[in-house]
Amino acid sequence: MSASLDIRLKRANKVYHEGEVLAGVVAIVSKEAVQHQGITLTMEGIVNLQLSSKSVGVFEAFYNSVKPIQLITSNIEVVKQGKVPGGKTEIPFEFPLHTKGNKVLYETYHGVFVNIQYTLRCDMKRSLLAKDLSKTCEFMVHCLPQKAKLQPTPVDFTITPETLQNVRERSLLPKFLIRGHLDATNCVITKPLTGELVVESSDVAIKSIELQLVRVETCGCAEGYARDATEIQNIQIAEGDVCHSLPIPIYMVFPRLFTCPTLETINFKVEFEVNVVIVLHDEHLITENFPLKLCRA
Amino acid sequence: RHMTGEKWHSRARRYESELQSCGLEVAPVEFSDYHPLKSITVTDSKSRRGARKGSTSSSSSSSSSVAPDPLSSMLDGTDPLSMFAAASASESPPTLSQSRKRREKEDEVGVDFEPWSSKRGEILARFTTTEKLSINLFMGSEKGKAPSLASSAVSEKVRTRLEELDDLEEGSQRELLNLSQQDYVNRIEELNQSLKEAWASDQKVKALKIVIQCSKLLSDTAVIQFYPSKFVLITDILDTFGRLVYERIWSMCSDPRPLPDSFTADEVNDTAKETCLNWFFKIASIRELIPRLYVEVALLKCNRFLTKCGIQETVPRLTAMIRGIGDPLVAVYARAYLCRVRLASRTYFLSTLSHWLPSFTEISTAPLAFFPLLGWSALLLNSVMWAFRAEFIATRATDFIGMIKDCDEAGFPQHLLFGSLGRSLACADPPEAERLPILNEAWKVITKVRSPQDYINCAEIWVEFTCRHFTKREVNTVLSDIIKHMTPDRAFEDAYPQLQSVIRKILTYFHDFSVLFSMERFLPFMDMFQKDSVRVGVCLSIMDVFIKHQQEPTRDPVILNALLHVCKTMHDSVNALTLEDEKRSLALLINGFIRMVSFGRDFEQQLSFCVEARATFCNLEPVLVQLIHTVNQLAMETRRVMRGSHSRKTAAFVRACAAYSFITIPSLTSIFSRLNLYLLSGQVALANQCLSQADAFLKAAVSVLPEVPRSISIEGKLRSSEGFLLDFINNFLSALLVVPDHPEAGVLFLVRGLLNMVQDYTWEDNSDAKVHVYISALPLLAAMSQESYLYSIPKVDSNETLYGGDPKFLAEINKLCETLIGQVLDHLKTLGRDESIHRQGSLAFSLFGCLLAHGDLRNNKLNQLAVNLWNLSHKQGYCNTRTSVRTLEFIKHQAQQPDMVHLSDVLHRLTLQSRT
Repeated sequence: MSASLDIRLKRANKVYHEGEVLAGVVAIVSKEAVQHQGITLTMEGIVNLQLSSKSVGVFEAFYNSVKPIQLITSNIEVVKQGKVPGGKTEIPFEFPLHTKGNKVLYETYHGVFVNIQYTLRCDMKRSLLAKDLSKTCEFMVHCLPQKAKLQPTPVDFTITPETLQNVRERSLLPKFLIRGHLDATNCVITKPLTGELVVESSDVAIKSIELQLVRVETCGCAEGYARDATEIQNIQIAEGDVCHSLPIPIYMVFPRLFTCPTLETINFKVEFEVNVVIVLHDEHLITENFPLKLCRA
Repeated sequence: RHMTGEKWHSRARRYESELQSCGLEVAPVEFSDYHPLKSITVTDSKSRRGARKGSTSSSSSSSSSVAPDPLSSMLDGTDPLSMFAAASASESPPTLSQSRKRREKEDEVGVDFEPWSSKRGEILARFTTTEKLSINLFMGSEKGKAPSLASSAVSEKVRTRLEELDDLEEGSQRELLNLSQQDYVNRIEELNQSLKEAWASDQKVKALKIVIQCSKLLSDTAVIQFYPSKFVLITDILDTFGRLVYERIWSMCSDPRPLPDSFTADEVNDTAKETCLNWFFKIASIRELIPRLYVEVALLKCNRFLTKCGIQETVPRLTAMIRGIGDPLVAVYARAYLCRVRLASRTYFLSTLSHWLPSFTEISTAPLAFFPLLGWSALLLNSVMWAFRAEFIATRATDFIGMIKDCDEAGFPQHLLFGSLGRSLACADPPEAERLPILNEAWKVITKVRSPQDYINCAEIWVEFTCRHFTKREVNTVLSDIIKHMTPDRAFEDAYPQLQSVIRKILTYFHDFSVLFSMERFLPFMDMFQKDSVRVGVCLSIMDVFIKHQQEPTRDPVILNALLHVCKTMHDSVNALTLEDEKRSLALLINGFIRMVSFGRDFEQQLSFCVEARATFCNLEPVLVQLIHTVNQLAMETRRVMRGSHSRKTAAFVRACAAYSFITIPSLTSIFSRLNLYLLSGQVALANQCLSQADAFLKAAVSVLPEVPRSISIEGKLRSSEGFLLDFINNFLSALLVVPDHPEAGVLFLVRGLLNMVQDYTWEDNSDAKVHVYISALPLLAAMSQESYLYSIPKVDSNETLYGGDPKFLAEINKLCETLIGQVLDHLKTLGRDESIHRQGSLAFSLFGCLLAHGDLRNNKLNQLAVNLWNLSHKQGYCNTRTSVRTLEFIKHQAQQPDMVHLSDVLHRLTLQSRT
């Protein structure tokens, strides 16, 4: 009775680039033969934009979401109406990943206000008595590597009470001196963010040092644009009162799906930043912000 | 055949010529010849250059010059139980030098570290706590959380996974407080179980969650003494997790055939690689440092699936990552885990260290001056002293002391640091000039430790250093300091293991007991062992060392008094519940002591020592036996000194010795001990010309004979006593040859007495033992009727001289023999039935042999009797044909002697019947 439908892509990591062929099989497993009214495959790439309630108000945010932008769509009938024999049946398929006109296949990205997602859906239409079968599978699109050679741009930083902005009562701050550097702020997305940090001195014991990866998403629409920064992840690199003068490594892997090469289009922008956050034992929070530029090499 | 009324005539013997004619030729044995009794000589193969290592040549077979005493070897712990006991005793607290030395030896051999499995158990046993523990757990995933904003786009699977991870990080936190150590261990074991269950049911994220929770526990150092054990428990879980992931990915590559052990990343398929990569991305996003580090270390091996040198590249990064851990304890343990996973290669360990400290080489050379700069120097110092080679520490001991003194007392108590230092100095020696200052500095701190438990833990370690390098004076000072600290409030009651260890260490270094007991505080120190079992244990170890190391017998009153006291303590511990084995080992030690006591020529004092010892050790029978032997030996020694002729004084002394034995023997419960000692003491008395004493001993032996039970207990089993009794009687008979008849008693008084006892004794049913005794008595009687006896005792006239071959005496003997033969023949008649026909044959043959050897076969009647016996023994064909043939050959050989021609006549009448 029960038949199952599955899509299996040829590539284990499901990553494809523009111009390549998305290939795989539709697998149907059933004990008995399955009667159907046609099996179709739909491939679609969409950018979903959402306005944050902060920028436009709750009401608007609900209704006024920006229309999704379609990047690519394609539909084929894999099998005509008929019968799939019992047992395991695999039907191969191929989709060329070509865009129409001047559209670009942006890299897959799962954000808060911006989502770029590519899906492949298989539908099996059946007679009135049996339920239709459907299966969706996401595949990833990566940008083509940048042609230009990337020059690393190391950034040195020094944090003292004096370098801080946004301080209410500077005289109440304990004394500290923290030095460090990031090996680069223009990062290759597949390589970790690296650097070092040295606590040279601190009057108050350190409680924790963290790296906060932040996405900055900007959506444009008729009413203007909304820009929101949200945390992707927070990675602790030091816990407790670390040894002074001893360099602590800064190291963070960029998570897949949640990061993509820095993207700027007419309708929306996706940018990334990293905050070095130092928490002191008296709950003082010191943050140093670094904008990043991610790319694929 | 009528067999009674046989006539007996003893064969006349010429013992000397017989000895010459039957003696074997002496063949000289060349040095190189093989002979089983020749002692093994060892040629030192080490000195030979180029000798192959591990060669199988026999030169390696060793023999020590001193034959090991099989009895005392029992004390070395050959039996498994005492071996265990010894092992457990030495474990807590461990004799450090031994274990350290062993470890270092292994280092030299190239075994880098002890295997983790052995270390693991040691840590769990050692680091325990009675304090209450708490666990911070982030309990299960709460479903139905508010959907995140990004709902529409994220696929279902990704979302649930994210949620689960979120739960894990922010989820409902539950703190379990007031857990006992066992509760804690159980909790962790539950987590381990649920990890396995989660994995088995394909809930990989849940499994990861559990592992992260567990790793987080390692950031809590609240109960520091339990931390090492916690580390062991939790890294066990991490190991399990690492293994599960590795095996899972490995199994993904098993199609079409499993990966070889030496696979490279190229052989791994894309699906497996992707799965592996997924794990690493997941781990990389773990928020907190410590769980991220531990889980990444646990999965270190999985790097093999991705790149060729993934592991080598990852390790330095992880090593650097540990610098982010502020708590030095947590950091060190994280390092330890990394080292352990990284197959514990030593080169790697050093590189870890070099990350940890600015420069490792600097430590080896510079006087470690920069340690105080670091915030946690005390702890670090302690770890360094534990982990580094003892030699390294020892050569810089003075520097270390300086640093210890500079340490902040608040963080880590100084006495613990001194304890660690002492541990190193116990097995490696600092420069000679520094030793006394080191001891002084250390003791200055130790003596100020208030808590008796802390004090003794530290002092116990330093005793070894003191014993190793200093004299009894310093050790005595240390002992008195320990007494001073441990006596108030009976603190010693809680420190018996440490105090015992102190004694053990002293005994390891001081084998000269006169030095040992001349330490004024040694015996007062012993007085602190007030629990009986502990006290006896200490006494046992003292005696053990004494017996092993005392070479010369001693009469030193200090040693004797002290050891008598020690032995008395051991003896007094014996009660109704003491096991036989324990008694035996106690007695063995006391006997060892008694054997080592010698007053030289002052025999009287020796005897009075034995009198005192008898009173002291009256509950241990083997000791009494030993004392009787000692006294007998004393008598024989006196005889030797007097060259056999006693003066009035020495004669009185040996009689006193005999008296000692005579009144001691009856107190023994073992019947055979009594019998044998009566006989032996009788022989000793005889040798010392104490005729009436000898008579008394032998009479006593005879009178005790009826008391011999038919079965006796040997090693807990009931055995028939018959064999032992026969042995004793034969031995007794041969002694009787030289015992002169008492002038007032009749001829052959003792022999008749013995035979009467034998006749009246209730032998076992169906036993031929009595008849065997009768047959054995015949050779004695034959020997007694010779003109000159086979042996005699100097200065003691035996019957040979007393009767001088008087025909009346001989007639008595012959009559006795005839009676005996008559008894034997009567017995043979009763054995005519089927089931005993075999016994009849062999008994007849015994008697035949006896007649042949001792009877005068020229006498027709005897001659005829012999032939009859031969025929009887061969009638049923049960006799051993080989024996018969040999007997015939012997007769043939004898017949060639000039006065034995008659035997050839006998020979003709003896026929050999085959069994058919």
